[in-house]
Amino acid sequence: MTPVDPVTIWAIVIGLAIGSYALRFVFIGLVGDRPMPPWLLRHLRYTAVAILPALIAPLVVWPTATEGQPDIPRMAAASVALTIGLITKNVLAAIFSGAGTLYGLLYLLG
Amino acid sequence: MADTTSKSYFWKGFRDGTPFIFVAIPFGTLFGVFATEAGLNIVQTMAFTSTVFAGAAQFAALQLLQDQTPTAIILVSALAVNLRMAMYSASLTPYLGAAPLWQRACAAYVTVDQSYACSIVQFEKEPQMTVPQRMAYFVGSVTPITPLWILATYLGAVLGTRIPESWALDFALPITFLAMIGPMMRTLPHVVAALVAIVVSLLTVGIPYNLGLLIAGCAGMMAGAQAELFVERRKAAV
Repeated sequence: MTPVDPVTIWAIVIGLAIGSYALRFVFIGLVGDRPMPPWLLRHLRYTAVAILPALIAPLVVWPTATEGQPDIPRMAAASVALTIGLITKNVLAAIFSGAGTLYGLLYLLG
Repeated sequence: MADTTSKSYFWKGFRDGTPFIFVAIPFGTLFGVFATEAGLNIVQTMAFTSTVFAGAAQFAALQLLQDQTPTAIILVSALAVNLRMAMYSASLTPYLGAAPLWQRACAAYVTVDQSYACSIVQFEKEPQMTVPQRMAYFVGSVTPITPLWILATYLGAVLGTRIPESWALDFALPITFLAMIGPMMRTLPHVVAALVAIVVSLLTVGIPYNLGLLIAGCAGMMAGAQAELFVERRKAAV
């Protein structure tokens, strides 16, 4: 555990708090009932499905815990969590099956 | 919000939002653990979790902090993860935009994946709901998870350093997000957006300051938007 510069941490906390609130407030608070351009809505619709996979993909292929070495239990757990989520549309089922796969393979493969 | 129908909509929202405590408790605990491992003290962790109130962005910021990323890039990247909140805000505006400003200001604070997901389904199902009823439902849907999220973070931060490495908690974040991504793949454009974002993120992993994340995110969003236009044109042509 390395202590991090408190100024950096507080800058991140305060900056994120203000920025996140602004993102949540911008439309409901400022736009009211005025319509928004369709092209903007069309891009915003895909924000979550683009940013979240982009955040995760490198962590799955090159995990931090194995110092970047591709790892069979983690790859398998990731595939299972994604597949079960796709099939069942159930987040909890996907989390538990992914975690089960990870622990099972980590145990079996030592 | 004092009249009886609004009150019953509050409790309907409360019931519909209750299953999400099974996500909020483990996710909040993990955030407390990660924050402690990243070097944050209890006060910093609790300020973080209660003011930002957005698990995914909080995890992203911590991940980048551990990679020694400059502060400005951390802020931009974590806010990029939270851009979907702007989409939720936009999507809720036709339903809640006529409420008093102070109510909208409160609603903005509790706009999260869970309250949005519950409410948009309910609002579309019962279009005759009044604005106060909708606001009561929205606040109700986030009421069960808010105190538990904050409490779970606290417990994770207190217990954090005692959780052994063999629990492989490094991978809880990827698993949780992957589990959330599966159910989001509702249409072909959603799948296209995700696949393009994954490929670009793997190709741009060498770019410093995690700028690859933003490039991949933008590429995915543009791909999704173009795929949507393509699907619409195909439908119009048939």
